[in-house]
Amino acid sequence: MGNVMGIIRLDGANSMLKELCEHRPVAALPIAGRYRILDFAVSSLVNSGIGHVGVLVSKKARPVFDHLRSGKDWDLARHRDGLAYLPNDGENGNTSALAGLYQNIDFVMRSSAEYVFLVQADTVYNIDFRHILLFHQNTGADITMVYCKAREDLPGEAASMQVAENGKVTDIAKRMTSTKGSNDFMGIYLMRKDTLVKLVTSTFERGGNSMLVDGIIRHMDDFSIYGYEHKGFSTRINSTMAYFNANKAILNPDIWNELFMSEHPIHTKTKDAAPVQYKNTAKVTNSLIGNGCEIYGEVEDSILFRGVRVAEGVKIKDCIIMEQCQIEQYAMLRDVICDKNVVVSEDQWLKGAENYPLIIAKSTVI
Amino acid sequence: MSKTTCVAMILAGGQGSRLGALTKKIAKPAVPFGGKYRIIDFPLSNCANSGIDKVGVLTQYRPLELHNYLGTGDAWDLDKSDGGVFILPPYARDKGADWYKGTADAIYQNLNFIDMVDPEYVLVLSGDHIYTMDYAKMLAAHRANKADATIGVFEVPWDEAPRFGIMNTDEKDGRIVEFEEKPAKPKSNLASMGIYIFNRDFLDKYLREDATDDDSSHDFGKNIIPKMLNDKARMYSYAFEGYWKDVGTIESLWQANMDLLQDEPPFSFTSAWTIYSNNPSLPPHYLGKEAKVTCSMLNEGSMIMGEVDHSVLFSGVKIGKGAKVTNSVIMPFTVIEENAVIDHAIVAQNCVISAGAHVAGSEGAIAVVPEGETVTAEQTSMGQQVS
Repeated sequence: MGNVMGIIRLDGANSMLKELCEHRPVAALPIAGRYRILDFAVSSLVNSGIGHVGVLVSKKARPVFDHLRSGKDWDLARHRDGLAYLPNDGENGNTSALAGLYQNIDFVMRSSAEYVFLVQADTVYNIDFRHILLFHQNTGADITMVYCKAREDLPGEAASMQVAENGKVTDIAKRMTSTKGSNDFMGIYLMRKDTLVKLVTSTFERGGNSMLVDGIIRHMDDFSIYGYEHKGFSTRINSTMAYFNANKAILNPDIWNELFMSEHPIHTKTKDAAPVQYKNTAKVTNSLIGNGCEIYGEVEDSILFRGVRVAEGVKIKDCIIMEQCQIEQYAMLRDVICDKNVVVSEDQWLKGAENYPLIIAKSTVI
Repeated sequence: MSKTTCVAMILAGGQGSRLGALTKKIAKPAVPFGGKYRIIDFPLSNCANSGIDKVGVLTQYRPLELHNYLGTGDAWDLDKSDGGVFILPPYARDKGADWYKGTADAIYQNLNFIDMVDPEYVLVLSGDHIYTMDYAKMLAAHRANKADATIGVFEVPWDEAPRFGIMNTDEKDGRIVEFEEKPAKPKSNLASMGIYIFNRDFLDKYLREDATDDDSSHDFGKNIIPKMLNDKARMYSYAFEGYWKDVGTIESLWQANMDLLQDEPPFSFTSAWTIYSNNPSLPPHYLGKEAKVTCSMLNEGSMIMGEVDHSVLFSGVKIGKGAKVTNSVIMPFTVIEENAVIDHAIVAQNCVISAGAHVAGSEGAIAVVPEGETVTAEQTSMGQQVS
């Protein structure tokens, strides 16, 4: 798709992700034992043949730079097009994605692309964007918005869409909760480049702050907007619970296969961790284990990121343990999310609740 | 090119015929090892970690997969604008083409590469050993001894010494006084590791002489090293302490994989001495509700529903419910279906072991399933040999 470019937004519903997003945008939140959430958006774009991707840089972007670097791991370190960072100087204190887009609108205008995918990188999926482009061309829409059926009732910022049988979007409402089965917007827009330029400039210049609210919801009659339903697995990470549940959903082998084992792999920053070492006392079931882990203890219904050490006598159940954590002898963890580099020392018992996981902040020693 | 101290030349053209079915389609250095790596990752990573950033890889036998694997060298941080990995297959000249006739001939035919890099020293390595070693220390010893050549040596058990090229050295300073190829009555147990550092001009002279000698088999161990010793050149041994394994046979390849599963593995994969490798885009592996994995190494993209004990599994391996894998090495993307049983075996890439099939070897007679094979339960019950 040489005539299509992608623009990635890093902003998201940070407020309900608490400690997890204190130092990073949602897009950079580690997920599924190896990835960061933006990997799904960037890989889907690249796998769909889009080789020109701009990243709207927002606050706390260091983990994003550190992760994407030149874009090489996504084949985006190119002589022609490839990866571009689009900074927002935050003039007048406006750090919204819309302001960032407005400030970088010349980048969009200069591109030879005809269409633009504008993607908020806070959602887990593996999509072939070519199908969306085809849909967009067939319906003759000005704007296509991609949605999926919400998987569960959960509090968290959501935009639900009313979609007519022919795919036309008749109403969009921003809500603070999502309801199972509702058509939740996945943060993916497709439109012609000139439509985007017009939408961004007119919305921003009239004092707008949000592309969705001020640009689209308030001007529903000015555009023909169509909704494309993504029928595969998708989940938006807009709260701690959504994050917790998404990770556990990936423990379902069908979802694991759909997301990661298709002909379109999800790429991520490569690290040279060794294979996992299971020792003679290890007992691990229904879990995802990242490379570089060393396991002596018991792990059940959990996700372990790279380089985690689980000592003898440890019991871990329903947990997410991020990179380089150390769980020392006879510690017990249940319903816990350990951010990176956490050390849980000997004999400590930590317990959250099924609907309220305990979050241990980065580099804490317990 | 900027001034180069030392260039490495990795001999990676060997067929490794003693690995039989495993090297029918690929060269020995490309054979998978240790759940994630290929044999050549070890010398390449050693180079990268030792600060040697110009590496020639001499290929010949079935080079496609090896060339593809090496790529730009970026996996080992060797994609440099001024250096990196140079793939050196045999090539045609105005007077025709020659295969590499021996290890020395392979280097001889690439003297133009060495001239281009213009190093002070040439490090010759083989692409079929598993070890981690800091070549910078060996080079420092070479310089301190003002040696013409330095040979890496490794202490082997006395009863195994007759299988190796043995260096007899002066106990005071490690100077080599005699070299014996596979001696019946060894005087020393210092075996040559096939790791050589030469002064570049010194090597250049011997290789050119050797090339004109029709009686020579153009081999470092057989011809070049004895000739240098004969000429009373300053040749020193460099004793290596640590894990070193020639994985030239099915048994030794299997054993080296099993060595990784010891309580204290022979080398730490988590140390700063990273073994680099190509990293495919695969998710963390998944262990199912009934999985049981002990004393094993597992890589990304695998899905385990059955039982795995004392085994090394590569990426993308599937183990079905009720299947049992013990004391085995399972290479990438092989599928072990439900209730299949694998013991003391090496199952190569992309194989299917059908539901209920048995593949069983024993210590000293490891079963081998070659790349891409399907083993059916019927074959098992008829007792057919799959390797």
